Amino acid sequence: MINLPENELTVAFSASETTVLSQPNFWRRAGRSLLHDPVALCSFAFILLLTVVAVFAPLIAPYDPLRQFSNGLSFVGAPVAPNGHFLLGTDASGRDVLSRLIFGARVSLLVGVVATGLASLIGVVIGTVAGYVGGVTESILMRFTDMVLSFPILLFCVALIAVTGPSTRNVVLVIAFAYWTYLARVVRGQVLSIKEREFVNAARTLGVGHIKIIRKHIIPHLIPTIIVYGTLGVATSILIEASLSFLGIGVPLPQASWGEMISEGQQYFQSAPWLLVAPGVALILTVLAFNLAGDWLTDLLDPAVQEMGS
Amino acid sequence: MSFTLQPGETLGIAGESGSGKSSVARALVQLTRPTGGTVSLGGAPVTNLKGQRLKRFRRRMQMVYQDPYDSLDPRMSVSDAIGEALSVRGLPKTEHAAQVAQLLERVKLPATIAQRHPNQLSGGQRQRVSIARALAVNPEIIICDEAVAALDVSIRAQVLNLLKDIQHDTGVGYLFISHDLSTLRFMADHVAIMYVGRIVEYGTSEEVFSNPQHPYTRALIAAVPSVTRRGERRLKLSGEPPDPGNPPSGCPFHPRCPEAVETCRTERPELLTIGDAQKVACHVVQWGREKTPKTEVTA
Repeated sequence: MINLPENELTVAFSASETTVLSQPNFWRRAGRSLLHDPVALCSFAFILLLTVVAVFAPLIAPYDPLRQFSNGLSFVGAPVAPNGHFLLGTDASGRDVLSRLIFGARVSLLVGVVATGLASLIGVVIGTVAGYVGGVTESILMRFTDMVLSFPILLFCVALIAVTGPSTRNVVLVIAFAYWTYLARVVRGQVLSIKEREFVNAARTLGVGHIKIIRKHIIPHLIPTIIVYGTLGVATSILIEASLSFLGIGVPLPQASWGEMISEGQQYFQSAPWLLVAPGVALILTVLAFNLAGDWLTDLLDPAVQEMGS
Repeated sequence: MSFTLQPGETLGIAGESGSGKSSVARALVQLTRPTGGTVSLGGAPVTNLKGQRLKRFRRRMQMVYQDPYDSLDPRMSVSDAIGEALSVRGLPKTEHAAQVAQLLERVKLPATIAQRHPNQLSGGQRQRVSIARALAVNPEIIICDEAVAALDVSIRAQVLNLLKDIQHDTGVGYLFISHDLSTLRFMADHVAIMYVGRIVEYGTSEEVFSNPQHPYTRALIAAVPSVTRRGERRLKLSGEPPDPGNPPSGCPFHPRCPEAVETCRTERPELLTIGDAQKVACHVVQWGREKTPKTEVTA
């Protein structure tokens, strides 16, 4: 009564399966996108310039940032306005503002990059373990993360510095300890979705160990997220460092840092505005550049996460 | 539910979406722990294994997944993906390239594909790579969970023929899960029809497809479009399959069954032998043939 077609399938034609789905190379795509986005291009150029300036500060800076010039103060002991000799003027101690700005870039970048790197490391480890292991481990790790996250970040840093004492190293550690929570939460969410994907199941059924699955199948998929959060994290860290220095508990004196320069400059705001404007503009431009670069990276990497070859 | 798979044989499992086909597959390879029951391989129980013993077991039973776009890591080249399986087998890295080439040839892919990433491959090529990866650990059983469902018909036929060739050469057993009856008829030696997590009919492919007994099987087969049966009255199913967590009383199929009687509402029918090997879980069919004594289900 009920019949199925004969139980054989014939291959009607042998389709050519070797068609290569052309996918533009990632770096070429990034380059093209950058050329069409002048804002992002300027941001990257600025970051590059800043890096060069920071690395070669002793060669680029016109003077020693700590040297107090006898001609750096006017007859009444006021800071000298920008002129041919001191391009950005001098501060209240007769030191060259441009040189201090250039050496200050070192502090900002160093603190920003090292603190973010450290924060990313902690955040990725805790987020990955929480997401992958799950259960009680996840609950404990994420409640701890929420706890750290619930402190106001600046107040938290001030309190920690008050305990540990101000030094560049402590500033880096404190910022890292405050910022890792953001990455941990995002990473955990990503790991939760990645570990449900079939290629992770396939690796498990093959008998691949957990550590190797995390290293080979999970971490590589987190890299775009880490890059984006890292870039934004550098901006945040630089701001926090400047705030701490402004409050006098950041990088110890007499080392130049932008936050400390702004703090000092505000006292002479009416008589010597360049003291406030120079580090302020440098700070704004740097933070803006990192944020815009981060935005561009988000756009570039987000839709490509799934299909990006290397 | 209970079934047996002999070496070198293909057991087909069919059923609607939500009938528990994929759950069976996941429980078998222990991606999820079954709530009850045992899985035995070569006579030894393999349920609830842990650590090294679980890893050793896993190499013996492999799985080819439904979605060729998600079952390969997009960040791993073909040779890395297969190499990972070879590492699990304990093969030194120096021998990987030769083995990868051999496995690619086995699944009829050009050796040049080894350096490609999955996004540069077609669906059929990806599925072949998945098969090569499964073969890399020399498994005794490969579970194909809707392995060809996502492929074009022409490529599907190529992959099915490839799977048959591999079985002929290596004697690997397949557990072939599909909602597509013509695929099963082509591939399977034995067929089990599932409904809400239970087998309602079981038999050789020939028996089940040419002489279906359970009303559900008959409806499924009637639903396959055919050129020669035009105009014939079809057995149609209405309604949705029930929630597996809360199945109806008695026979789980009774709310949709055109032949249901009062007993079907209250008593769950057992899977009883009615032919040579054919087994059916249906009161009406069993009464028509006089109930045979309860027997253990083996293939």
